[in-house]
Amino acid sequence: MFFGKLKKAHGKVIINPNWCKGCGYCVKYCPTDVLEMSKGYNAKGYHPPQVKAAADCRDCKFCELICPEFAIYVTSDKEEEQASASA
Amino acid sequence: MSSCAPNDAQFRIQNPMAEFLRMERMPHIWCPGCGIGSVVTSMAEAIKNGGHDMDKIAVVSGIGCTGRVAGYVKFDSFHTTHGRAIPFATGLKLANPELKVIVFSGDGDLFSIGGNHFIHAARRNMDLLVICVNNFTYGMTGGQMTPTTPTTANASTTPYGNYEYPFSLPFLADAAGATYVARWTSLNARNITDSISEALNRKGFSFIEVITPCTTLYQRRNRLGDGIDAMQYYHDDADIQHGADTRTVDIGFQGKLKTGKFVDRQKPTYLDAVNTHYANVIGDDYQLYGKTPPEKQAEEEAKRAAAAAAEQADGLEAEYIDEPAECGGDDA
Ligand SMILES: Cc1ncc(C[n+]2csc(CCOP(=O)(O)OP(=O)(O)O)c2C)c(N)n1
Ligand code: SF4
Ligand code: SF4
Ligand code: SF4
Ligand SMILES: [Mg+2]
Repeated sequence: MFFGKLKKAHGKVIINPNWCKGCGYCVKYCPTDVLEMSKGYNAKGYHPPQVKAAADCRDCKFCELICPEFAIYVTSDKEEEQASASA
Repeated sequence: MSSCAPNDAQFRIQNPMAEFLRMERMPHIWCPGCGIGSVVTSMAEAIKNGGHDMDKIAVVSGIGCTGRVAGYVKFDSFHTTHGRAIPFATGLKLANPELKVIVFSGDGDLFSIGGNHFIHAARRNMDLLVICVNNFTYGMTGGQMTPTTPTTANASTTPYGNYEYPFSLPFLADAAGATYVARWTSLNARNITDSISEALNRKGFSFIEVITPCTTLYQRRNRLGDGIDAMQYYHDDADIQHGADTRTVDIGFQGKLKTGKFVDRQKPTYLDAVNTHYANVIGDDYQLYGKTPPEKQAEEEAKRAAAAAAEQADGLEAEYIDEPAECGGDDA
């Protein structure tokens, strides 16, 4: 099957807990439920998100787009392969 | 497993927004859940996807929480006085027509003190993209009522509820002459990106309204909960209706939100109109930016010839590449 040969995209989530203001948008609107709010506090007293299911990240970058704080971004694994290949 | 937190300095450099933001000013001042930042990311994404020359983009804001965008983005930008983003942007565009000028400002700034500038820029089809973060309030000054505050909503100047009739911004823009009009909520991050991309690739007065939560004032004063509750409202009550008649898209307090692209029409821009008119009445002596009509015509012909030559060169390559496909042909 044609689609069977397609590899699932995969991303790695990078969070800056210090910039996060705990709005929860990234957690609520991640289509594959990769994130959860942490129990811990950052220096401003907010609960930043943490990754609970890293393998499920499909690199859609919606969390990156919706985060009002520019506190979360996603690197695609392809980029990482290239980076490590050239290193 | 959990968050791989890089150190702060690394994060500032590696963040994909580093190209577009003055990272030394981050984190910004906006409240938790305030939607302005998301709209900024959508704008950056659209500029990135369009492959636009960053040096040919200028961002102009007025005063307000949204107005601070001009101070945060890493473009040539100007944070004007309250209400005057559009006249400043008009001057910028006319002085240097090569620029793509984006006005990024709030509902109060653009439609209260700046309302007249808005309607006249739209009327003249000035070649600008105006993005309005509509949070139904004056955020920066403490939650006063604006021309878009829905009737019955509570604001610090209408503590017993708003008794006025608000502007419906797409209707206003359409009636005044805007040639592109769209509305989204800040939850529609991808649609906002697409609309901005589309608007950046066209000429004329484009207007994009983004309904956005002001968590600290509008949400709180009206007991509407936090940012997530605003997003839930957008999710439940917004409905995409491209091409909807702008007379029908007004917004009641926590009422239905019609979104989509409402208007997309072609009309000569202000500069095109000036040019055509004076070339007609003054003839070959007329000069715009130091060029007479025959000089301009020669310049345009040269440009067209260069483009045609480039296309032909592309065509040759394409033919060459196309050839092997004939053997496969299973996707015909
Ligand atoms: C001439 C002038 N009048 C009034 C003000 C006070 N003022 C500052 S911001 C603002 C309202 C901004 O509202 P809006 O454009 O909706 O932006 P928001 O803060 O909601 O993003 C007002 C009235 C000012 N700075 N200058
Ligand atoms: S990139 Fe998409 S799938 Fe991955 S965490 Fe972000 S929202 Fe979820
Ligand atoms: S969207 Fe951004 S600010 Fe909001 S919880 Fe996620 S990381 Fe924090
Ligand atoms: S006051 Fe309202 S508009 Fe201003 S930053 Fe806070 S939430 Fe945003
Ligand atoms: Mg406002």
